[in-house]
Amino acid sequence: MSEPKGAALPGLRSEATREGNASWRPEASEPGNRASEQATLRARGLAKVYRNDGVSVEAVRGVDIEVGIGEFVAIMGPSGSGKSTLLHVLGGLEPASRGELWLRGQRVDQLSKSAWAILRRKHVGFVFQFFNLLSNMTVADNVELPALLAGASPRQARRRREELLGELGLGDKATAAPARLSGGEQQRVALARALANEPSLLLADEPTGNLDSTNTRDVLRLLQRTHDRGQAILLVTHDARVASRADRVIHLFDGMVADDSPVMRIPRPVNGVRDMLELRG
Amino acid sequence: MHSGNVSSSDPPEVTGTVRLHLLALLAKEPAHGYELKLALEQTFGDAYPSPNIGQIYVTLKRLEQDGLVRSQDVEQSTRPNKRVYELTPAGKDTLVSWVDEPSDGPRVRDDFFTKLILAPMAGLADRMELINRQRRHYLGIMRNLTGLQASTDREDAPARLLIEGAVLHLQADLDWLERCQEELV
Repeated sequence: MSEPKGAALPGLRSEATREGNASWRPEASEPGNRASEQATLRARGLAKVYRNDGVSVEAVRGVDIEVGIGEFVAIMGPSGSGKSTLLHVLGGLEPASRGELWLRGQRVDQLSKSAWAILRRKHVGFVFQFFNLLSNMTVADNVELPALLAGASPRQARRRREELLGELGLGDKATAAPARLSGGEQQRVALARALANEPSLLLADEPTGNLDSTNTRDVLRLLQRTHDRGQAILLVTHDARVASRADRVIHLFDGMVADDSPVMRIPRPVNGVRDMLELRG
Repeated sequence: MHSGNVSSSDPPEVTGTVRLHLLALLAKEPAHGYELKLALEQTFGDAYPSPNIGQIYVTLKRLEQDGLVRSQDVEQSTRPNKRVYELTPAGKDTLVSWVDEPSDGPRVRDDFFTKLILAPMAGLADRMELINRQRRHYLGIMRNLTGLQASTDREDAPARLLIEGAVLHLQADLDWLERCQEELV
């Protein structure tokens, strides 16, 4: 991170350049403290450079991003556009090469690794494409672990786990090993784990990338429920079904924001399928 | 398929669309017009563009003129006679060749594509802008489709599958948009 400004104060943003970003919504980029304090996540000029054998590749090239409280934002873009890297940097899984990052109004890119980790544990949940469950632990332990790490009592952790698995229709799988579960079930467990600490922000990297359409629909429903409860979601997806449920879609191209726009609300025809689709004879 | 005697006042697409569907239903058993309307609704559930009874009668009459069905009046004791239709051998042949023939694939969105190619040449729009606008539109449609999917009866397989088909096509359109962006912008 470049600027050692020291202040955890948001709102010091300069009027940054917005070229190549024709559709930036001015109301979302209004400078000032208010908007920033209301953001769950905010990044300015974020960049990530990978260096390999003297060759450097800039995967993320100066991204400004903001996720409002309770907002559901999807990031789309071709493979290689930097979307997963961006998500990892935003979540602190990888350090940024440049730029500033705030979580709930607090500047985090200058925090120590451990201080950031503590903050993240409390406020951010992660879901990945390949579930990333701990294979040598039961489903129940996988879901309880984050709560225990965050300082919950075993009893609290267990209650929360029972609640979550029940809600996700996995109550009877608590003692199973993750490997015994189907892909869809594993992803629901991963969601339960991510939601264990009731994070204000859920970060998801292609959460339906490995699921069939029935399981995708289930995961979509769970995301919707999370969103309805007021938790913010930022997810990377190639799946337009998932992206279309978001409040806003950011399109990444070549490591930069090419589009950032609310999902259009087209009035839905009253007769449903019959009006929307036409069978041709 | 072309119907033989479409007069200029008839919307040709109506007969074209419903004709083969009626032949298929009649291949199962003879039926009168109203039974055919009900059968279409029951078979396709919500997915069928609800045919009105007038269209069905007109189509049956055409099919009969073309020799694909024949009909006879059946007396009813308490109500007026009803006309029951059945398939002729020629109708059966027509139906079989429709079933046997592979259907046309969906066509590429050539309207958008020509816009994408021509508009920047004419200095009217920027390609990135065009692609972004089109993508937003597709995502709006997708939002409606996924909403529809959620509210569709799980038992209604034809409707569910039709929506899924539309979703998959739209996803392909979005992927293609991305390809255009990679190559042209």
